[in-house]
Amino acid sequence: MCKECGCGLPGENPVGISAHHHDHDHEHGHDHGHHHRHSHTHSHETSVGEHRTLEVRRAILDKNDRLAERNRGFFHAHGLLVLNVLSSPGSGKTTFIRETIRSLGKKLKTGVIVGDLATDNDAERLRKSGAPVVQITTGTVCHLEAEMVAHALDHLDMNGLDLLVIENVGNLVCPASYDLGEDLRVVLLSVTEGEDKPLKYPPMFQSAGVAVISKMDLASACDYDRQTAMANLQRLTPKAQVFETSAKTGQGMEAWCDFLVQQHKKLKTRNPLAA
Amino acid sequence: MAGSLFRQTMHELSIMQSALDQVLEQARQAGANRVHAIRLRIGALSGVVPNALQFAFEALADGTPAKGAKLIIEDVPARFWCATCKQEFKATRMFAECPGCHHPSAELRAGREMELISLEVD
Repeated sequence: MCKECGCGLPGENPVGISAHHHDHDHEHGHDHGHHHRHSHTHSHETSVGEHRTLEVRRAILDKNDRLAERNRGFFHAHGLLVLNVLSSPGSGKTTFIRETIRSLGKKLKTGVIVGDLATDNDAERLRKSGAPVVQITTGTVCHLEAEMVAHALDHLDMNGLDLLVIENVGNLVCPASYDLGEDLRVVLLSVTEGEDKPLKYPPMFQSAGVAVISKMDLASACDYDRQTAMANLQRLTPKAQVFETSAKTGQGMEAWCDFLVQQHKKLKTRNPLAA
Repeated sequence: MAGSLFRQTMHELSIMQSALDQVLEQARQAGANRVHAIRLRIGALSGVVPNALQFAFEALADGTPAKGAKLIIEDVPARFWCATCKQEFKATRMFAECPGCHHPSAELRAGREMELISLEVD
């Protein structure tokens, strides 16, 4: 156990919060010139037989979590409301974002970062809305990470932006683990996907702050069972706000946009000095 | 390197690579020659499959001082706080529904963990 802070007891450190910031003296048995910072990574040693145990207690994605926090600070300093939009491929993320930008009009100036495996088709479609768009091509990586978003920010015209929408790679598994620094996780579920989708992907839906039911115009064509879908969402993510929308007919888009304006106002109230 | 090749196929590989990077760095700082065991805590709502982590570990640790190390994964069940009953409950099928009063809970207390706890080295 650490003599300085008493850490090392099970379950003591909150998840995702990196350990402490004091320095330790380590014995280094290696001879390369190293520059690593000891303010963050330290371990405590105890001996078990001939093996030593090094206590670490750190989030595996600690590096991503720290970069996400840095993004979050940057976003707040710029008075930006940031959404991380997630869904399976084909749920209508791009169309939903495009119509959100159109419906918001001048109420919130919006920029988009869009992650895609290979093409920039989505970015092209979004550019037609007139909003600044930056594309991240992830190759075969199935999710966005905080670092990719930080790099994309260098290429985004932030001037006067109020809202930043990050369209994640279409995938309901991997992106759940990666914080990007967003204020809100928005998970889309189209009526064509089946009411039990939330039950199949609990980690993703559990982490959502907003659930958007998309393609409501197709509800009757695919025998969408609204009651079951709502019950499933409620069981997994009772804290999430639910919006039922159709980007095609405009159903629910006004309520969604009003919600965004309110969220942005809240952010500005919390942070009046932001740009 | 194997890491960059494998991390593209499933996210457990990229998460295991992050864990292994930390393991090797800690071992190096401690002047260790070999890593014998690695202890992780993985929450039921982390989105990570322990078996896939094991597979990823074997693929990624090859050629490193952690090759052949025992990967010990402690499962953390999802636990919610029920504001009505004023107690924690363990989630069944990951539902945030209190088994006592059947009210949904908006407060997850545990289950999203992905932590490197400790390693054994010599």
